[in-house]
Amino acid sequence: MTVHNMRHGDASDGGADAVGGRLSRVDGPAKITGSAKYAVEQQLEGLAYAVLVESTIASGKVRSIDTAEAEAAPGVLKVLTPDTIISLRTASDWFGTPPPDKPYCPLARDITFSGQHVAAVVAETFEQAVAAAALVKVSYDETPSIVDLSDAKAGDGIPIDAMTKKWGDAQAAFASAPVRICAAYNTPREYQAPMEPHGLIAQWEGDKLTVWEPSQWLDGMARTYAEWFGVPFENVRLVSPYIGGGFGSKALALSHGAVAASAAKMLGRPVRLVMTRPQTFTGYGGRAATRQTVTIGADRQGKIQSIVHRGINETSMDGMWVEPLGSVTSIMYATPNFSSKQNVVRVNSVVPGAMRAPGENPSAFGIESAIDELAYEVGIDPLEIRLRNYAEQDPHARKAWSTRQLREAFAAGSERFGWERRTPQPRSMRDGNQLIGWGVAAGTYPVRRAYGEAIVRILADGSVEVESSSIDMGQGTYTILAQTAAETVGVPADNVVVKLGDSRFPRAGVAGGSRLAGVMTGAVYKAATSALDQLVGLAISDPRSPFHALQANTLVVANGRISSPRGDGPDLSIAELLGSVGRDHIEATGDTMPANSTAQDRYKNYTTIAMALPHTEGDYSRHSWCAHFIEVRVDEDFGTVRVSRVVSALDSGRLYNPKLAESQWKGGIIMGIGQALLEEGIVDRRHGRIVNNNLADYLVPTNADIPDIEVISVGIPDLHSSVLGGKGVGELAIVGVAPAIANAVFHATGKRVRDLPITLEKLI
Amino acid sequence: MRDFSYLRAGSLDAARQAAALPGAMLLAGGTTLIDLAKCGVAEPDSLVDITHLKGLDKIAVSASGATIGALAKMGHVADHADIKRHFPAVSEALWQAASAQIRNMATIGGNLMQRTRCPYFRDPANFPACNKREPGSGCSAIGGVTRGHAVLGTSEACIAMYPGDLATALVAFDAIVHLGERRVSVDDFFLLPGATPDREHAIDPGEMITAIEIPNSAAARRSTYLKIRDRQSYEFAAASAAVGIEFEADGRTIRDLRVALGGVATKPWRARAVEQALKGKVLEPDAVRAASLLAVEGAVDNGANHYKIELAPRVVARAILKMGETA
Repeated sequence: MTVHNMRHGDASDGGADAVGGRLSRVDGPAKITGSAKYAVEQQLEGLAYAVLVESTIASGKVRSIDTAEAEAAPGVLKVLTPDTIISLRTASDWFGTPPPDKPYCPLARDITFSGQHVAAVVAETFEQAVAAAALVKVSYDETPSIVDLSDAKAGDGIPIDAMTKKWGDAQAAFASAPVRICAAYNTPREYQAPMEPHGLIAQWEGDKLTVWEPSQWLDGMARTYAEWFGVPFENVRLVSPYIGGGFGSKALALSHGAVAASAAKMLGRPVRLVMTRPQTFTGYGGRAATRQTVTIGADRQGKIQSIVHRGINETSMDGMWVEPLGSVTSIMYATPNFSSKQNVVRVNSVVPGAMRAPGENPSAFGIESAIDELAYEVGIDPLEIRLRNYAEQDPHARKAWSTRQLREAFAAGSERFGWERRTPQPRSMRDGNQLIGWGVAAGTYPVRRAYGEAIVRILADGSVEVESSSIDMGQGTYTILAQTAAETVGVPADNVVVKLGDSRFPRAGVAGGSRLAGVMTGAVYKAATSALDQLVGLAISDPRSPFHALQANTLVVANGRISSPRGDGPDLSIAELLGSVGRDHIEATGDTMPANSTAQDRYKNYTTIAMALPHTEGDYSRHSWCAHFIEVRVDEDFGTVRVSRVVSALDSGRLYNPKLAESQWKGGIIMGIGQALLEEGIVDRRHGRIVNNNLADYLVPTNADIPDIEVISVGIPDLHSSVLGGKGVGELAIVGVAPAIANAVFHATGKRVRDLPITLEKLI
Repeated sequence: MRDFSYLRAGSLDAARQAAALPGAMLLAGGTTLIDLAKCGVAEPDSLVDITHLKGLDKIAVSASGATIGALAKMGHVADHADIKRHFPAVSEALWQAASAQIRNMATIGGNLMQRTRCPYFRDPANFPACNKREPGSGCSAIGGVTRGHAVLGTSEACIAMYPGDLATALVAFDAIVHLGERRVSVDDFFLLPGATPDREHAIDPGEMITAIEIPNSAAARRSTYLKIRDRQSYEFAAASAAVGIEFEADGRTIRDLRVALGGVATKPWRARAVEQALKGKVLEPDAVRAASLLAVEGAVDNGANHYKIELAPRVVARAILKMGETA
């Protein structure tokens, strides 16, 4: 639980407290000053420290684990191995699929990847645990591993029928098309690399478990812990007031969490376990490596007649991750004939996971590179060819777009960028040794919707309190929910306290898929409306109220004061009114669940993703859209690519807080620059192990790599997408950045790089 | 838990004596040592903290050259006005190294002792074989991920790249390492791996770097450090060049030329063949490019690091031409 002192931003904010205002992040001061207490910073009596021991082979079996020396080491409380750790039950997956009735052991006997947890040491101090963990001797029977997608043993993989999309006769149309493009596009393993590594403190009191853990989904993770340990859902409390970056990686309870909670139960003491930075590359999955083949058949005017798309992504030996590679391919452009299929290939890796715009991100790299290739093939400007093939409706779902401001994005972005001054020939723009290239690409992300719930209280002092078990990982939930409550009730945002990150609060679904803002503003809006109705109802009907004699139908609440619409009656502060009627607070719970929802529906909604509404539900297809215009400078001798200018125009519908949305967009663009130029998990093929498993060797952009980024909002309110008209923000902006850069690199150099990242050796 | 003793040395002699004991290591800025201790590479029995020793952080520039105390911080040296004026390549090498935070902590003496970034060297738990760490255990890097490994000065025992920037500039300008009274040229201070990659520096137990001396030269005054890297900041060199040039009175004919390479070799790499090929010649782009190819004479790649052989001469050429332009 966290209480904030609400602060406005600088004067440029204009004190814009309402939804749509540029209120600065209300959690900012706590983070800047260091007073924000993150999950694993809790100081608990009797805290013990757990450290993981990981497999050093990628495939095989644990033959034996010699723990004698570790157990004898100073301060050691327990050494956990598959033989000594308590038995857990298998939990359901995030769809809520009933799990197989078999035990779950978070420590592995069968090794399917290097870095798998095989043991853990718990000691009185962290240093003792680290030292003792190095004394655990694990011997293995090693078997050959499949390193990655390029491994000869990898095979073609498993067809994923659910990914198959087809209309018309794509092969035949391609064969007869006058212009044909066919190319393969690859993306490597990429990692979320959050600044805050994963970790937790677990504490049992009887059969009640409290877990302090950075989380994108308190209720989903609480469900998993409850199922693992066979305790009621209500017995598990997750606390996560702040999250130091998630990017998709902190939405699920992971095996290290099971280890820590098991250790806490076995010892009867709270246990803290924090991953090392290298463990964040193997303790959970980053973005799966992908391969795509995109073929486009078009006429000589660049009008697409056929798209044939084939994709594969890697998954682990025992887990299933599908990175939907045809997601953008199937909707971005109008084509009468289309075919997309996808396979998934098992390799000896941790199961890949969600990372900013899973699916759409690599999908866009394929199609948005391929259409650029088509543009050069037919000699049409890369922006013009996108407009020529503009999809006026969802070509796959055959439904109208709820809103699609992509044409507006192209117009606004190209004008601001100065696209018309671009000379079409590759290598035609230069500044000394620097080849200059301008590239464009579009991006999209579906609007994922679910239901939310919140409590809004109006307190005796006239302040407003919002409670929700949703979270803020930097995207601004605290701030926009304060704005929503402030505007709806009619108080300054300074007078709103938002409490998040505790599963005791009204439940919330996952902060993933860019859905949380739309879900939670809707829920808070409903709860706040209900609280306001109660307040006004009291003022009108309570005999003790000064408004009682007025016999008004309604009253106005603004800036924390209540008055009659015509201004002919009393004018009271909310505190004065509550005092006059003898109430110490008003409380309202609001949710956006369908009216006849059962308790089971609610549980399912908040603890699984099974009730998420399809983005094509009903009459509309709902997506956010963007267009990136990017300038690169490539040193012709060195092959180094630097992004020198970015203008992106984005349609996220209505923005609840433009300042925060712009920050998220810029963050996505920065992450896209890293993806395009720097990021790649590199595997030692002999050992099946990621060797650049740290932030010195796995490169993410520094400030020096990032130019001024201009973002332009072209969205309009989309009430088909959310209660207040917003679409998704967080994932959208990364989609299309990598192809825009690759396209710019082609324009600069004449070299088409189809394998990310675009490192210098690919250009010299 | 791994215990170690900590001693705050009261004097230079006390520091030397304590550091001569088996298992002892000097602690200055700590930016390398603590990092290596965390990843299980450095396992000192005792740490001898020299950060409080007086008089070892002075930067003095005179007519004969610069003397930089071993405890001077990288950041201070980079920003020192006389260093910038007389040895721009040294200043540029420093400010392009590491991050501002590290430069504010790390010392010049410690900088020379920086170890390789070879990922196999840095991960003893997963890669027990490393001749640099455990003589005779083998080399895990050969046949593995080698994009960042050396192409010059390698041996069958080790291909680890020397990652520093400063020493690349120092070796170009014949800097001298002061080990108390003993003097060793920077070029001799760094050892080739040969059959003994565990021995990286010509320094004996009980010796300590006290200062670095850089002789003044016209070439040093007209010098630059060009660092090419994947990322624009906080990143080791894919290839770098320290270059200094002195022209004859005609302003075109090269009287003196200094060239050293970073990011491509097992030690700071003086490219004397390039220097010899161009001395006495008129600076002319094609000649410079041709001569720069000599920088990678004898280079051997291990697959993924082949690009360094292409890249390094281009970096050298650009740096020389840049210095020529400023005539």
